[in-house]
Amino acid sequence: MPEIQNYTMNFGPQHPAAHGVLRLVLELDGEVIQRADPHVGLLHRATEKLAENKPFNQSIGYMDRLDYVSMMCNEHGYVLAIEKLLGIEPPLRAQYIRVMFDEITRILNHLMWLGAHGLDIGAMTVFLYCFREREALMDCYEAVSGARMHATYYRPGGVARELPDYMPQYQPSPYRSKRELERMNAARQGGLLDFIEAFTDSFPSRVDEYETLLTDNRIWKQRLVGIGVVEPERAIELGFTGPMLRGSGVEWDLRKMQPYEVYDRLDFDIPVGVTGDCYDRYLVRVEEMRQSNRIIRQCVDWLRANPGPVMLDNHKVTPPRREEMKGDMESLIHHFKLFTEGYSVPAGEVYAAVEAPKGEFGVYLISDGANKPYRLKVRPPGFPHLAAMDEMVRGHMLADVVAVISTLDVVFGEIDR
Amino acid sequence: MSEAIKQLAERLRSRFPGAAVQHDERVDQITVVVHRAALRETALMLRDAPEFAFRQLIDLCGVDYLAYGDDEWTTQRATTRGFSRGVRRYAGEQDPDRGDPHRFAVVYHLLSLDHNQRLRLRVFAEDTDFPVVASVVDIWPAADWFEREAFDLFGIHFEDHPDLRRLLTDYGFVGHPFRKDFPLIGNVEVRYDPDRGRVVYEPVTSIEPRVLVPKVIRAPGHEQPMAPPTELPVAPPGGPADA
Repeated sequence: MPEIQNYTMNFGPQHPAAHGVLRLVLELDGEVIQRADPHVGLLHRATEKLAENKPFNQSIGYMDRLDYVSMMCNEHGYVLAIEKLLGIEPPLRAQYIRVMFDEITRILNHLMWLGAHGLDIGAMTVFLYCFREREALMDCYEAVSGARMHATYYRPGGVARELPDYMPQYQPSPYRSKRELERMNAARQGGLLDFIEAFTDSFPSRVDEYETLLTDNRIWKQRLVGIGVVEPERAIELGFTGPMLRGSGVEWDLRKMQPYEVYDRLDFDIPVGVTGDCYDRYLVRVEEMRQSNRIIRQCVDWLRANPGPVMLDNHKVTPPRREEMKGDMESLIHHFKLFTEGYSVPAGEVYAAVEAPKGEFGVYLISDGANKPYRLKVRPPGFPHLAAMDEMVRGHMLADVVAVISTLDVVFGEIDR
Repeated sequence: MSEAIKQLAERLRSRFPGAAVQHDERVDQITVVVHRAALRETALMLRDAPEFAFRQLIDLCGVDYLAYGDDEWTTQRATTRGFSRGVRRYAGEQDPDRGDPHRFAVVYHLLSLDHNQRLRLRVFAEDTDFPVVASVVDIWPAADWFEREAFDLFGIHFEDHPDLRRLLTDYGFVGHPFRKDFPLIGNVEVRYDPDRGRVVYEPVTSIEPRVLVPKVIRAPGHEQPMAPPTELPVAPPGGPADA
């Protein structure tokens, strides 16, 4: 009898379905996966080590680049850890702004995920639809920070600046008719809050569009139902968080269970799955987009009614206003010290976690009383998810590997760090 | 929240008399420091005892305490020379053995979904040349990749780990980059050598090591750090023998 050997296949790191730079070594028996060995680290930049060599505030921008599709949530985790150690709390308005942008980020992330998931399964249209809405949300990022992705908007003690009361508008161009231009600028006549409000009005119907395309689609269901099933007990053991855990039917969301900022004042629901397969995780994420929309709407209403400071007045930690700095000696000194040396954080250690779109994004910070973190450990949500991939794809067909990688919602910026 | 945390600290103290239970009231978080030999026993108890039920391992990481509390610029007294940039390649260079046996630690972050509580568990590896800690992969399967990462970045060995390979660094990488005595600019750089027709590794020459902002310790309270503790917690009597 001839000896039958398994076939070893290399998948990635340059593969469109690898969601970045994932190298997978697959052991195949025919078309059935026997073992999957993900090789990660191709995007390793030693973010944590870099952060240990810089004053606290200079690393906020690095956090954006970890999970580069949910930028502000990463900043939030880092800033929250610093604030806990410093023992400061940002003004209420800043907390609302943070929650609003966290939820905008969640929609951004889930839209990116849905589009890419569609592409992986073979649905091109969803990708284009998702990017249409992402464009509007990126404009919110841009309006508030000047950058469309890597915002560096959250600071210890609040957020970098007040929400702008005007939105940039599209300019006339030979490629656009006047009518088209007016339609594009219609939502941009007021401030950022008006723009976001207009978005929240239209977004639920957009989600309906995606669902019309996918939810009852026969091919979509054939590719996702019963694929990559994780039992709730196993999901907990494997360290799953976020939609991966909720898709398995465990009702756990840090926004509800350990509320930070103002989540305990807001009204929203937590969707959970039943079977723990790829299809349930899809349903959970789509529903999360609707819930995020609700939260954003509540934040907009509150922010309209309650003007106030967005940054603490404690100039040991936050920079003074520019006018003050130009005229007042003490402010000048504060400004100079803050931007040359930074602030020193009391010795101690803290773990702060936020419910990022992908799961629990945690920051473990050890300070020895210096102006730089002694040790910074980022707990990326995608890391344990990808570690469990081997288990999830075993016994599935080769084509299902793509569906599983996609359902994990991995981004290598955070896994490799 | 705080009341529940206090109760948890009490329960931990009565259940683990050999461990050091620190409750940092400022941030309201609990750290348990156990002896290396008691790690697995403690971990099992924390996972299985219904009053703890820490069923989820959220995070596991290595820490190198070599340069803890070292500043690059003494701020207490003025010097005539001032600060010259990049004098030392890294803090702690003068006295590399100082951290013994508190140099390497492994920190576990646990989450109890049943009680909605978090806990930090720390164990010191004690040996600086060959730091070893027992693996907890069979207790929390999530530890698998986290332990590989800690091994890769800090060179901490996890006993009985089923597959302790490097995770994040390059194939064939030498050294453990997150140790405090590993220079930020690295030891080798790569370039394409047209003569040999391949990529070659060479000692770093293109970058100067330098410090842009010196590390300065100003915050009060660093005299009584939470870590590292001055005394190692002793192993509980009847625990497994020191490996």
